[in-house]
Amino acid sequence: MNREAEGVVSPSSRILPGREKKQAARAVRRSGVRVAMVALLPVAAFLISLPLGRYPVSLTELAGAVLTRLGLINSTVPDAVNTVLFGVRIPRLLTAMLVGAALSMSGAAYQGMFRNPLVSPDILGAAAGAGFGAVLGIMLSKSVIVTQLLAFGFGLAAVLVTFLVAQRLQRGDPTLVLVLTGILVGTIFTSLISIMKFLADPYDKLPAITYWLMGSLAAVTMQDLLLLLGPVALGGIVLYLMRWQLNTLSFGDEEARTLGVETGKVRTVIIVAATMMTAASVATCGMVGWVGLVIPHLARSLVGPDYKVLLPVSLFLGSTFLLLVDDLARVVGTLELPLGVVTALVGAPWFLFLLARTRKGWM
Amino acid sequence: MILELEGLACGYGRRTVISDISFTVEPGENLCLLGPNGVGKTTLFRTILGLLTPQKGRILFNGRNIADYSLRQRAQRLAYVPQAHTPPFPFRALDVVLTGRTAHIGITATPTTRDFDIAEESLETLGALDLAERTYTELSGGERQLILIARALAQRPDVLIMDEPSSSLDFGNQTRLLALIASLVRSGDLAVVMSSHFPNQAFSCASKVGLMKDGSMLAIGHPDDVLTGDNLELLYGIEVEILQTSERGGARRRVCAPCLT
Repeated sequence: MNREAEGVVSPSSRILPGREKKQAARAVRRSGVRVAMVALLPVAAFLISLPLGRYPVSLTELAGAVLTRLGLINSTVPDAVNTVLFGVRIPRLLTAMLVGAALSMSGAAYQGMFRNPLVSPDILGAAAGAGFGAVLGIMLSKSVIVTQLLAFGFGLAAVLVTFLVAQRLQRGDPTLVLVLTGILVGTIFTSLISIMKFLADPYDKLPAITYWLMGSLAAVTMQDLLLLLGPVALGGIVLYLMRWQLNTLSFGDEEARTLGVETGKVRTVIIVAATMMTAASVATCGMVGWVGLVIPHLARSLVGPDYKVLLPVSLFLGSTFLLLVDDLARVVGTLELPLGVVTALVGAPWFLFLLARTRKGWM
Repeated sequence: MILELEGLACGYGRRTVISDISFTVEPGENLCLLGPNGVGKTTLFRTILGLLTPQKGRILFNGRNIADYSLRQRAQRLAYVPQAHTPPFPFRALDVVLTGRTAHIGITATPTTRDFDIAEESLETLGALDLAERTYTELSGGERQLILIARALAQRPDVLIMDEPSSSLDFGNQTRLLALIASLVRSGDLAVVMSSHFPNQAFSCASKVGLMKDGSMLAIGHPDDVLTGDNLELLYGIEVEILQTSERGGARRRVCAPCLT
């Protein structure tokens, strides 16, 4: 008995601890290089996207306009170029990046928290609620800003309802109850949207509603960008601060509790942060699906499931992805394509591809 | 350090699964709980861990009601080894062990070098350091069990609670695991409460055995006193004979053999 015990307890002689530690350090550095490389993607995508668009801006015009704006040189820039670039295109590109980052980060957080890789950030009803708010705004002929605030407010309200109802139920696995309640609340809001569409004036309101629901960044202004920035940045920082708790939480509610995670509090914080980001995104550009589902998977297949690197990588990949998809939406064809449709067309086959090639257990 | 259960009753909602459970466990002791399927061993563990509220009675840790400890404080003292499971994401084994440090780091922090050292030390104790860089979801059942035990050790607990730790292991690994548990207990700082389906395991590594039957504790005490043929027959409804063997080195030990009649 004794002899056996010592045999098991003594450190394995095959591998020296020193070498093992070096290996661990190397693994960290390797993922560091990857993260740095991924971090360059959004910058590159932004530079590629700048000259693209219906109004052609040549590279020299582009350089001149940007440098003049920064006060580095002094040249006369045509008004049209200035308007297109700083009034329309740059706000739009930045908004696309911000929305992509927001949806991807909240998607990554939700997938871990609900221990389900098929969860997207609107699982608790945020998107359906926000959609209802926006449709309400359009029906009541409110201004764009009021419509956006209604969307944001109803997005938060839908998740709050989900959360409170799930807490009242208090039976079984709390995360499962939350997801089921979220699906129900989402369904109710989707039905309400349908009723409103049914009642809407088919020549005026209905097209506006339909177009909004398909998602678009076409009408984005600098003001929208600034409105979006606050909730997204705040939510993103909070999620990043919770990165280790998210790691532990992905082992399930009970296990996380035995490991010392105050699951109730942590879950609330994560839901508030992710909902803020999602609702703000939907309020700005309508329903844009698939980003929050696909990008976390791609990020996970690149750097693994550790939220310390998964969250930043989701941010970089998500912003790049939505920026490029929005380029497609505005450049391909004579009519601008609805963004939500393009993300689905690109995202769904990509997701299948990821499903087919990922290692066992990554899905 | 001492874990004390006083007239504990536990269950789900209004349904009581087990009642009138009282025992104490001290460092250097290993309490092994035996009982038929569904008798409530896991329910009892979940109650001790604070995942279920006791229906009656109390659980004291160092004389203080465990309900007064926060989850975080509890996790610094009690560690749990669940039956092996598959998480949805492919964490590196070392990262799984590192989650054992969660109760020791701030809510917005990540593990430091010291936490990495402790995690690697825990793996080393189990002779499983070479699993550190492997992907947890790709490990065998036995290897996963080792990683979960390493994670529990990384919590630096006073009490280790293990739910059927050997259920997914082959005969050799079962024996190695029991030897390991025995040596952890012998080191003196740790108390172990485990459940098992094999009375022989209780003979080989437990200092105390509790027999659970029909929602209460049938008997609890030293293995030689409690694990009698009569008691085991009462527990499982089969005839069991207790045999004496002589080991290499002359030490005598008991084993039980079911009679296949």
